[in-house]
Amino acid sequence: MMLEPLVLRVFRQPQSIKALTLADWDLLIRQARRSNVLSSLYAVLEENDLLDGVPPKPREHLDWSWIGAERHTQVVRWEVRHITQALADLDIPVMLLKGAAYVFAQLPSARGRIFNDIDILVPETSLGPVEASLMLHGWVSMHTDAYDQRYYRTWMHELPPMQHVRRQTVIDVHHAIVPKTAPVHPDSALLLAAARPVEGASNLTVLAPHDMVLHSAVHLFNDGEFDNGLRDLVDLHRLLTHFGKSPDFWPGLTQRADQLQLVRPLFYALRYVGRLLDTPIPDAVMTAAEAGRPARATLVLMDALFARALAPDHASCSDAFTAIAKELLYVRANWLRMPPLLLARHLFHKAFISPWNK
Amino acid sequence: MEGPGICLRTGGFVTHVRSTIQSVMDGVGLLYADYPLVEEDFADFHVSLNRPANLRRWYRPQVMFHFDGKSPFKPLPVEQAFPMFEWGLNWCVASHVYRYLIIHAAVIERGGFAAVLPAPPGSGKSTLCAALVNRGWRLLSDELTLVGIDDGMILPLPRPVSLKNASIGIIKSYVPGAVFSPTVMDTTKGSVAHMKPTEDSVRRVSEKARPGWVIFPRYQADANAELVVLPRSRALMRVAENAFNFSALGTRGFETLARMIDTSLCFDFTYSRLEDAIATFASLAAEARVA
Repeated sequence: MMLEPLVLRVFRQPQSIKALTLADWDLLIRQARRSNVLSSLYAVLEENDLLDGVPPKPREHLDWSWIGAERHTQVVRWEVRHITQALADLDIPVMLLKGAAYVFAQLPSARGRIFNDIDILVPETSLGPVEASLMLHGWVSMHTDAYDQRYYRTWMHELPPMQHVRRQTVIDVHHAIVPKTAPVHPDSALLLAAARPVEGASNLTVLAPHDMVLHSAVHLFNDGEFDNGLRDLVDLHRLLTHFGKSPDFWPGLTQRADQLQLVRPLFYALRYVGRLLDTPIPDAVMTAAEAGRPARATLVLMDALFARALAPDHASCSDAFTAIAKELLYVRANWLRMPPLLLARHLFHKAFISPWNK
Repeated sequence: MEGPGICLRTGGFVTHVRSTIQSVMDGVGLLYADYPLVEEDFADFHVSLNRPANLRRWYRPQVMFHFDGKSPFKPLPVEQAFPMFEWGLNWCVASHVYRYLIIHAAVIERGGFAAVLPAPPGSGKSTLCAALVNRGWRLLSDELTLVGIDDGMILPLPRPVSLKNASIGIIKSYVPGAVFSPTVMDTTKGSVAHMKPTEDSVRRVSEKARPGWVIFPRYQADANAELVVLPRSRALMRVAENAFNFSALGTRGFETLARMIDTSLCFDFTYSRLEDAIATFASLAAEARVA
């Protein structure tokens, strides 16, 4: 049984920092920095009035990360402004996803959160005009390999990432939250219909609270990328804690998951935030979420794999099985994206043919 | 250093270092001899330098620099391990520290005032810096100038001075008693050696300095020493180009830089003979005392 990582303990129980020694702080800062949650840690400590109790040296590191994060938020707002200007003539609502959405919806999860790209979602029928507008305003598609282009456009749920020539920022344009080739199909039309407007920005929307949580869950438990596993888990925790305060949030959550075919990711999400971060979840909701419970043997395996993948990517939190766990989850993610034959073909191409084409 | 490693306190930062490579251990032992060996529970940076775990451990052996287990750079030939350690320490500070505006410049102090010498590689800044710190000036840093965003004061970060190619020989003859690490050949910058910082600069590491001058040096063969006044607006733009985190600090970065330029005399400086440069700087310091 692995020891609970210090950074997890602190997010679960911020008051526990009062008992930390300087050596503990050394490890905590390192774990948090490696997991990209150092500035989020600052935000959590500030919200709990605990910052003044932090010893000077670790406090310095927290302050550094916060200054970087504030600047980051500024940059994001600036970038989204450019994006909305580029798409203004198309007269379609632009839906922000993930980090950028948290910033514009002014959610607590936005505070201190760092992310690399801007993600937006538009109706599939608008993809052509959206891509054309972006290109006219300076964004260029990043993957020039013909196979990669086809991979994204035909099978995935997004255009190939586009990078702005001058600002070097990257935008991911989605038309769905799950790849076309996946066995589940959360209907984008349902997501767009329930979208919430952004205050002060006429053509920007964000996902409704239920959908935001479900998107975060499917991204974490189906996409197979765990470099930011802890960060994404903390996101889920903060989203659920924030939305959970509102009385009309919990009743419809599992129903919506069912409607969007996302009962399995929701099951995992509630299970692991509850266990690892003590997120307050009503018993009735946990019971209803059982609809997404996998077979017993699968669950035992998943528990072991996710325990490792969601830990900080730091030497102090790894054991002999961490690397294998992440690889298995990566394979699982690909399995969830594509039917077996297509997957085999895809992996073969990436392994043997793409390197020759480079 | 092999097992639990050692902690080096350099100015405001504590670095925990581990290495199994002899030249790194020797270099630290030689050039950091004047630094207090500290036992710290909290280190700002954790670095290690080791041979890779793969074939390159033995075949044309390499060295890797790790920052808390992750490698931000490609490996280098193992002979370059000590320079890599120095470059790596600079990277640690420049990449993480947001309490200071960090300028790619040498900075030296005399009479309480600091002279900031920003310059692109090859301008002779390090040679000039190495000479000046052995002729009456205190070394604050040869590479990273740290200007406090709160108080505008410059934080000393005295560490070995990096010298390249011809300057190694020049400084060795100019300062006969100076201690040097072994010269490493064939790096991307040519031959590289590091000079031990003066004992005075290490001892006075906690004495911050107020900015007094911003001087852009340029070595030009056979030229006479010449100081040309630089308009402040131009000086600001040129320093900004040389600042690592200027953009990342946003408004704070701009205000810190503006305040520094406002309170400094700014010059372009051309020279060829070191003695001329020493004399020019000495008269700048003398004028400041009078003023």
